[in-house]
Amino acid sequence: MAKIIVVTSGKGGVGKTTSTAAIGAGLAMRGKKTVIIDFDVGLRNLDMIMGCERRVVFDFINVIQGDAKLKQALIKDRRLDNLSILPTSQTRDKDALTRDGVEKVLKELRDEYDYIICDSPAGIERGAHMAMYFADEAVVVTNPEVSSVRDSDRVLGLLSSKSRRAEKGEEPVKPHLLLTRYDPARVAKGEMMKVEDILEILSIPLLGIVPESPAVLKASNLGTPVTLDANSNAGKAYVDAVSRLMGEQIEVRVLPPERRGLFQRLLGRPA
Amino acid sequence: MTLFSFFRRPRQVHSADMAKERLQILLAHERSDRSSGPDYLPLLQKEILEVIKKYVQIDSEKVGVKLERGAEMSTLEVNIELPAAQAAKRNQAAQPARHAFAR
Repeated sequence: MAKIIVVTSGKGGVGKTTSTAAIGAGLAMRGKKTVIIDFDVGLRNLDMIMGCERRVVFDFINVIQGDAKLKQALIKDRRLDNLSILPTSQTRDKDALTRDGVEKVLKELRDEYDYIICDSPAGIERGAHMAMYFADEAVVVTNPEVSSVRDSDRVLGLLSSKSRRAEKGEEPVKPHLLLTRYDPARVAKGEMMKVEDILEILSIPLLGIVPESPAVLKASNLGTPVTLDANSNAGKAYVDAVSRLMGEQIEVRVLPPERRGLFQRLLGRPA
Repeated sequence: MTLFSFFRRPRQVHSADMAKERLQILLAHERSDRSSGPDYLPLLQKEILEVIKKYVQIDSEKVGVKLERGAEMSTLEVNIELPAAQAAKRNQAAQPARHAFAR
């Protein structure tokens, strides 16, 4: 039976979709049957980040409304056997995302997969609520910046009051902090909050620290999850995060952002 | 070097520390507001005004409510502009114009 994990943040642009793709790929690389679902109805982008945008025929909303079978809408990743993507609709309204419909789809996926990763839209409206409602665990993506931390706190409040687990009085949704766009050099200068500060404020366990990295933009340009770029520090950080998500105890390492070396700059080669 | 930077220089307050402090104060309040149900401020304001209206004629447009959230204490300030002296004379029981509450 699959574990349902929501990747959420409240604030937009902090790296939810990048992290969903990276964690999904990382789990698949570790042999786990994984499906990643885009909940951002109307603004779908997980397909683009995963590089399967030209293979979308049916979507999540088609399945909910009974216009297509789940099997028809699922896209199998070409690089990783264990990974599938369920894209969302680009044209429909977010009201198409009904609680019963989402539950039905998740139930069908639960028997076949080890992990179901739900990519939440920004905000705290319907799409975000539906993405988190059925979750067992939550990856709260946060940037070391005041508005992102505040929104993460708000989202943590919603997870503990508006999720299915909260409503049924079951064990609460297990939260994990994924700190992204971290720059240790700026932290050293006192220009950016430290990991410890953010952990103290949000008081949830740390899943990983992803450094600011040119590899993230490069990966999205190519439509490849950054985890597959094993030489990049962002890729390594996601590999670590995935191990922790699987319950392994791994020491936290703060990787520096990659700077282009003198040699590379002289050659004029992109990093 | 401006005069301002001359005064600022020796202290070296890091902006990251400011960020942390601001968040800690704000989130402490936001968390307690979340658990204490709906925002009571509008209702509180309405009731205070009703009580004052029993004694003094006031213009509801001329009412200011300010909330300042601090780490140790918050202050709620209600400023009500009372009508001119002749109008107020009719009401012997006129209330002082300024009320401060600590919460």
